[in-house]
Amino acid sequence: MAVEATEFPDLARRYRVTGVPKTVVNDAVEILGGLPQDDFVSQALAQFLAAPGEPEEQPER
Amino acid sequence: MALLAPADQEQLREAFSEMTAPVRLLFFTQTIDCEPCVQTRQILDELPALSDRIAIEEVNFVLDKDKAAQYAVDRVPAIAVLGQNGSGETTEDSRIRFLGTPSGYEFISLVQAIRLVGGAGSTLTDDNRRRIAAVDKPVTMQVFTTPT
Repeated sequence: MAVEATEFPDLARRYRVTGVPKTVVNDAVEILGGLPQDDFVSQALAQFLAAPGEPEEQPER
Repeated sequence: MALLAPADQEQLREAFSEMTAPVRLLFFTQTIDCEPCVQTRQILDELPALSDRIAIEEVNFVLDKDKAAQYAVDRVPAIAVLGQNGSGETTEDSRIRFLGTPSGYEFISLVQAIRLVGGAGSTLTDDNRRRIAAVDKPVTMQVFTTPT
């Protein structure tokens, strides 16, 4: 979901949007700014992948 | 009155021409007390003229609460991007939503979303496609943006 932050200041406040783009995944992962595709997928989804043999990298907070 | 310059219209026409499937935009709006809804309608009105594969359907957010609930829309203006289902109807929910006026950079994002749901322009690598396919929990991504 793409959210226009200036039109919905309540949402921007709730998710502490201090800059854009800011991506919030399941209210648990926050990514500020753009990332290369591989990094974005890693950071955004690490917590939500089926547990494989090796642990996934934890997203930076 | 056209918001897009002729050169931009031409560029968009070309971008949409790569689509292989139709896309329907469900536009949730209300008539009173929603200036951004008016702007959004003006922007969306530009799109069907640029591609036969794009259709807009307006939904009254106040009167059609069922549809708003069905598409998990709780404020306006909002756009739900629908693609084609197995029977060829454009009712398949891509689960992509736009909240707020899709102007400026958001317009580019909307164009890209339409293209993607219409079968064009994915830049996702095979590797990342596999990784995303391994997600086994519901994931909601909210991307906050501003028009500039």
